[in-house]
Amino acid sequence: MGRDSRAPSEREPSANLDDPAAHFDEPALDEPAPDEPALDEPALRAYEVVKRYGATIALDRVSLDVARGSCVALVGESGSGKTTLLRCFNAMVRPDAGFVDVGGRPVSSFDPVALRRAIGYVQQEGGLLPHWSVLRNVALVPWLRGEEDAEEQARAALDRVGLPPARFGDRWPRDLSGGQRQRVAIARALAGSPEIILLDEPFGALDAITRSELRRSFHNLRAGMGVTSLLVTHDLHEAVELADEIAVMKGGALMQVGRPEELLSTPADGYVEELLKRAGIG
Amino acid sequence: MRRVGLLIVVVVGVAWAAPPRPPSEPAVTLAREALPALDTATPDAATGQPTSPARQPGPAPQDDRPPVIIASKPFAESYVLAEIFAQLLEAGGIAVDRRFGLGATEIAFGALRAGAIDIYPEYTGTALAAILGEEMQADAEAVYRHVAGTFRERWDARWLAPLGFENTYAIAVRRETAEELGLTTLSDLAREAGGLRAGFTPDFIGRSDGLPGLRAAYGFEAAEVLPLLQAVKYEALVESGVDVIDGYSTDGLIARYDLVVLEDDRGFFPPYEAAGLVNGDFWGRRPDAIAALSELSGLLDEERVREWNRRAESDGDPVAEIARDALAELGLVVADGGETGESDPAESAVARESGRNSAAAAGSAPTAESARSPVVGFASYMWQNRTDILGHARRHIVLVIISLAAAALLAIPAGLMLVRVAGGAEGVIRAIGLVQTIPSLALLAFMIPALGIGVVPAVFALFLYSLFPILRNTYTGVRDANPAAVDAARALGMTPAQLLRHVRLPLAAPVIMAGLRTAAVINVGTATIAAFIGAGGLGDPIVAGLALSDTRMILSGAIPAAALALLVDGALGLAEKRVAPGGVAVE
Repeated sequence: MGRDSRAPSEREPSANLDDPAAHFDEPALDEPAPDEPALDEPALRAYEVVKRYGATIALDRVSLDVARGSCVALVGESGSGKTTLLRCFNAMVRPDAGFVDVGGRPVSSFDPVALRRAIGYVQQEGGLLPHWSVLRNVALVPWLRGEEDAEEQARAALDRVGLPPARFGDRWPRDLSGGQRQRVAIARALAGSPEIILLDEPFGALDAITRSELRRSFHNLRAGMGVTSLLVTHDLHEAVELADEIAVMKGGALMQVGRPEELLSTPADGYVEELLKRAGIG
Repeated sequence: MRRVGLLIVVVVGVAWAAPPRPPSEPAVTLAREALPALDTATPDAATGQPTSPARQPGPAPQDDRPPVIIASKPFAESYVLAEIFAQLLEAGGIAVDRRFGLGATEIAFGALRAGAIDIYPEYTGTALAAILGEEMQADAEAVYRHVAGTFRERWDARWLAPLGFENTYAIAVRRETAEELGLTTLSDLAREAGGLRAGFTPDFIGRSDGLPGLRAAYGFEAAEVLPLLQAVKYEALVESGVDVIDGYSTDGLIARYDLVVLEDDRGFFPPYEAAGLVNGDFWGRRPDAIAALSELSGLLDEERVREWNRRAESDGDPVAEIARDALAELGLVVADGGETGESDPAESAVARESGRNSAAAAGSAPTAESARSPVVGFASYMWQNRTDILGHARRHIVLVIISLAAAALLAIPAGLMLVRVAGGAEGVIRAIGLVQTIPSLALLAFMIPALGIGVVPAVFALFLYSLFPILRNTYTGVRDANPAAVDAARALGMTPAQLLRHVRLPLAAPVIMAGLRTAAVINVGTATIAAFIGAGGLGDPIVAGLALSDTRMILSGAIPAAALALLVDGALGLAEKRVAPGGVAVE
């Protein structure tokens, strides 16, 4: 199937038929509902969110707002709950208590499949479908939405991340370098022109040079498109470079949220101070 | 998804010859009616006798009653006696269906009780010790009466009148061993046993009238006891692999290898009678056949039987020919000019299919064949028997394909369902895996009461053996399919159905195919065992060849079976690569 170079929408004309979600009136985020909240409503909001896995508390009454168009970095050691919090926003994790809103509406009020198609997502390993061409991977979300121009959207997205579709579109993911694969993953997350993008250690598996290169191009992209971004990272330098605000997590709890300079000037406690110091920022 | 469809097409497409299908409903009655139809393509390996009614010698059956199903156990004497039964009935115009070489006592008697066969030659001693599990008795006549009464009462099975010869175990050693150690009796043997290696049939080792009894009666304790099959026992003794073996008093090979049979000086092995053992329903239904078979009562004697056994085991004469000569000798069936092998089409078919006497029939010197290299000799044997071998191979392929297809149809969807069930999947798979630990012969024996013998239980057993590899590979293949890709696709809005169809199944296809491949190769091997329950296939010449000590016959089944296994492995290996989606490497 993957060898087929035609547009995904042409290949799967019946995609909508076997897709129950396609029959729903998808609550797309850019279509204002009648009770559309005020514009200063945060794009993402978590309030007193609790998540337990057995006896382990992954999220301990976490509250966080991400303003429209801004980029917030979730930092902390592994196991601190960053990824769990991130996945609450695209309904991949269902909280045990508290509220999670997207665009001013509770996540639980969305059809989860439709919500996920409206939010970009990048994970550390890229998660490209190995049996799909680069172009088909990037066209995934528009194709799932049944959009006619899925392939054009994918080409445009590839261009934006610096991978000319004519050269890279027909390749298999395994034929790309690690950095190129992450670029494709970012292109895939952006292809549906989402208002929100969630990134889980997107540059974590790359070497230092590729990483800073990719970081810079992501920064420009994000600024250009005005996408609201929530970024999980364990690298404070990355957080400082990319994020408007940094949220420090430890043991499932949110220790401090603030602009990088606020964190530096008034660290909330010893842990934040220590974290900054260890990163050589303090 | 389309690739998975392709793989099913590839698998099913291997069913090139589209031979007749077995019944879809596994009912015993259905199986019994349908089996002869399936048999038309498969001549009996041991006798070389085509089993198609159209090619049956003798007058055509005057009625539309089902043929009499005659079975034998897998050793030469049983083949010869069963063939004598068969030809005697055919001479009387009664149609016969041969099911020779059934596994062992449990399978042959189990098939008789289940009504899957009508008659087979049995021994009262075997019945007493192995079936009834009772103490041995010295008086052969008393044993016959006791066994006949008990069988009738307990299973409504009837013993025909004794055939007239007695058979019992005979313990044999090499002549030089006997002379060196001064052995003439079993008491002498027990004295020297500490320095000797024994090679006994598994049957003998287990039976109370075998090794355990011998130990009790003589205090016989060999340095080592090796379980050996009938077919290799004599070779092992002659080549000094072992020093003592068990045989039958009517064995043809004892004389051939110049062995010494030790005298049973304490009368431990009482002589037992051979007779036809008949299913009770058949007894009431077919008085004509019973009357015809009763003509044999008391006519056979040990000397004659030993001679027939020798011809079967040492000379390699076809069983059909031995039986024909025997019936002529006994004056029961007049040989109808069969000596020339020209007048009767069935006769020439026997000659052609046996291969051995074709050179003699054509008038050329038999030495010409023996002078050729073994390889050339075997090649010409294969060529002469090509029709049979192809028939066996075809049946073999049918057994494998039907069982494999049925297993795939069940196990692949079941594997997909197990992925969705959070807990318990491992337990289910492990439970199915337990089937794999049941020895195939035991599994076949278990199924006789429900499914009888023949193709249906064989296909069912192969189906059971195929489930585990396919189920396990489907489950693990789908469950472990690239977790990062599956997670990302889900997080970007694929529904569970889309995930399965577009991500999990395509990525798992090579793994599922590998499971099918494993199951197919296991099936090709295991299907040879199906011959023990009369299902035919390439196991037929193997079982018959083992019973008749005929290496060429064994190889004529074993070599095509091995070739088939390699072919299936190679073909499905290619299919495995083909179903791998682009962008995913398969080593």
